[in-house]
Amino acid sequence: MAFAYFPHTDEDIRAMLSKIGAVSLDDLYADVPGDMLFKGSFDIPDAMSEMELRRKFDGLASMNIPLKVFCGAGAYDHYSPAVVPAIISRAEFLTSYTPYQAEVSQGTLRYIFEFQTMMCMLTGLDCSNASMYDGPTSAAEALLMSVACTRKKRRVLVSGTLLPHVLQVAGTYCRFHGVGLTVIPHRSGVSDLEAIRRELQAGDVAGVMVPGINRFGIIEDLSGFADAVHDAKALLIVYSDPSSLAVLTTPAGWGADIACGDAQTLGIPLSFGGPYIGFLCCRQEHVRKLPGRIVGETVDADGRRAFVLTLQAREQHIRREKATSNICSNESLMALYVTVYLSLMGPDGLKRVNDLSYGGAHYLHSRLLATGLFSEAFDKPFLKEFVLRSKVPAGLLQKTLVEKGFFGALSCGDGLVSFCVTENRSREEIDALVDAVSSLKAN
Amino acid sequence: MKNYDRLIFELSREGRCGYSLPEGSWEENTGCLPQNLRRETRPALPQVSEPDVVRHYVNLSGMNYSVDTGFYPLGSCTMKYNPRIDEELASHPGFAHLHPLQPEETVQGALQLCRELSDCLCKLTGMAAFTLNPCAGAHGELTGLMIMRQYHISRGDLKRTRIIVPDSAHGTNPASAAVCGLEVVQVRSTPEGLIDMDHLRPLLDDTVAGIMMTNPNTLGLFETGIREIVKCVHEAGGLLYYDGANMNALLGKVRPADMGFDIMHLNLHKTFSTPHGGGGPGAGPVGVTASLAGLIPEIGRVSAFHGNFGVLMKAYAYILSLGRQNIGRVGPLAVLAANYVKESLKDRYRLPVPSLCKHEFVYDGLARQDAGDGQQVTTLDIAKRLLDYGFHAPTIYFPLLFHQSIMIEPTETESLETLDAFIDAMRRIADEAESSLGLLKSAPHTTPVRRPDETLAATHLKLTWKS
Repeated sequence: MAFAYFPHTDEDIRAMLSKIGAVSLDDLYADVPGDMLFKGSFDIPDAMSEMELRRKFDGLASMNIPLKVFCGAGAYDHYSPAVVPAIISRAEFLTSYTPYQAEVSQGTLRYIFEFQTMMCMLTGLDCSNASMYDGPTSAAEALLMSVACTRKKRRVLVSGTLLPHVLQVAGTYCRFHGVGLTVIPHRSGVSDLEAIRRELQAGDVAGVMVPGINRFGIIEDLSGFADAVHDAKALLIVYSDPSSLAVLTTPAGWGADIACGDAQTLGIPLSFGGPYIGFLCCRQEHVRKLPGRIVGETVDADGRRAFVLTLQAREQHIRREKATSNICSNESLMALYVTVYLSLMGPDGLKRVNDLSYGGAHYLHSRLLATGLFSEAFDKPFLKEFVLRSKVPAGLLQKTLVEKGFFGALSCGDGLVSFCVTENRSREEIDALVDAVSSLKAN
Repeated sequence: MKNYDRLIFELSREGRCGYSLPEGSWEENTGCLPQNLRRETRPALPQVSEPDVVRHYVNLSGMNYSVDTGFYPLGSCTMKYNPRIDEELASHPGFAHLHPLQPEETVQGALQLCRELSDCLCKLTGMAAFTLNPCAGAHGELTGLMIMRQYHISRGDLKRTRIIVPDSAHGTNPASAAVCGLEVVQVRSTPEGLIDMDHLRPLLDDTVAGIMMTNPNTLGLFETGIREIVKCVHEAGGLLYYDGANMNALLGKVRPADMGFDIMHLNLHKTFSTPHGGGGPGAGPVGVTASLAGLIPEIGRVSAFHGNFGVLMKAYAYILSLGRQNIGRVGPLAVLAANYVKESLKDRYRLPVPSLCKHEFVYDGLARQDAGDGQQVTTLDIAKRLLDYGFHAPTIYFPLLFHQSIMIEPTETESLETLDAFIDAMRRIADEAESSLGLLKSAPHTTPVRRPDETLAATHLKLTWKS
């Protein structure tokens, strides 16, 4: 029976079998032991037509409850311009392979080169790779990279103010790779430089990771961190939200050797957590330890400007077990999201995104405090995300908001709840959220 | 293909903008932040109008080859057709705006989809449980190896720190093992291209955690000794990891669990038709047998949230499109195409392993490699000349078992006419190698750029644009 994705007629199949010298398709599995062949029918659903598929997915979607998002914690509801999906859906990008054949991949190679450039502009560092899977895996790879750069040292320090899922993924990678990972508890909501200094004295630390904006939404003042880390001959890694780097001190500005994070904030929809895109940037001197694909500029046989995957001797397909990482497929198409987004936004648009988020978040912050149901937790500078100490149990607060159509007040433990406001939230939506919260006062 | 030689930065002019954002009416902005937290100079991002941005990227797209424009005979990459309905469904607004940390009761549709996809993957592979969290094939390998190590650790068997990997394996196998803290021990292939049992047996001691295999292997051969390999590895206390990169050959015909594998990953961007995206996003779900299922949560978190959910949606749509009626035809039609191409060109290209292949096979250069005047026709020449004929090049110089490897994988979505056109181009190139060698040596001739200087790129690193 004909099927839309299989072009073969019965006659085609007969002709092809005849060329091979086989009688039936079953003959093509003559080398498989008979008892290993699957017999019978798979217990999966019947084939669906496109109409049935649309109904199926509509049905699944109807089981979700759409909420206005007032949370971040590593995934942010930023606005994405109409041009972005239009470019992404172009088949020449979407259905192309990894650009190993440079002659027929200049489109992909060029936008990755642009992506690398833009990530360097945002972080202030010299080099960027072509992407990692997501923020947490970029953090894990950055830590392993610091170990590779410093040799012989097998321990890393991570600030307890990093997002929980970043700490968890870093912990998984380090445990199996045989790298010691020490989490430094926060001090009044920020990374504890004194505690880090004490740990560094042991002399076995390869890298130290701290966030630019932390799990409480606080913009960390990283003055003095680079000196302390470099004095101990370790590398400083700053985990950043790249959107914020339009306005905030860059990782390079804080003296970082490596920057990493999740670039989902640059035009990529929430999509229940993925696909997103990790980024990884470093100083020039460490580029040969940078994992993943890297695009470089060169010239072709006729002297024209051309782009190629370069420094491939670091990678798994050449170096195998001695590679800087096992990463192969990364998030190339998501790098196109970021590149098109940043091309549209430019420096002023991205600053406006931050200003609008900042304005909305600070408006919500003061209105929530005014309800009397919250108190200030840390009283430190924040951008679009903040935590408050809630007088109402976090679970009840979140449940109340969900009933009114909001996702907010994510519990951070210790009676703390976090909120986030992006430029995508209007004053009316914020006021409605505050009304929903205020309804708890009557009880 | 049209040559278009601009970078977005070269279209930038101070004062242009491509965004449309509200003015905003907030009392405060980022200027209120303490001075030392603010960056001193704004980033040098491009300032470009919206029409310029659109035209730039559409022009760049014109410099790419893609599945939607032509045939990719790329070995081990399974470049099959990417159905459009899957794209439409994956951008469904009922899923696109879900935050990954929303309360479970508000994301029941998304969780149900993940559950149904997992169930299908279990049925198709014979495994008992899948985690959908890994974001790509290599990420799946790493996750699977962590589960393997966790298995030994949980039994207090701490000395098993070595992993056996065949010399024909994908490069990600040894690299993933190294990231996982395992020492790689390479096992040889026989002249027939299969795992050398006489070499394998003595390697299997109580320091071996297991073996990583792909079956069919990268020569496209079914490891006929699989029964014996499984028996020996299990008797030695090790586990068997199945690299699902070559699963397309077996889809609907052989289940990895029935072969005796304990842990595996699937590349949804290969076997389950989600688009490759120029190098991701992919998805690499990991499946395990019943006795290992409890170990999945024990290894800890491997990615941010629930994996590449958007990719999972596309793969599920693909499975539902095929359904039980068609899923079993994928492997046989892919294998048919591979054997057809193999048989059609073996008089002109050297076929080091002539037996029945699965979804892919390997030529070792031209049958007549010496062009007469001492000049060698290389695999690179053949690959580059194919571009002129409108085809993507095959995977070249892999596997490493031969010097001039040309690894070809047609898939079940290529018509006989397309395969015949490819065969014809390959025959013409073989002719040209004898009659007009210069044409090959200077190929390609029709692409936007020709043989970029890779050495220059690596020795004079230019990784960013500078004004």
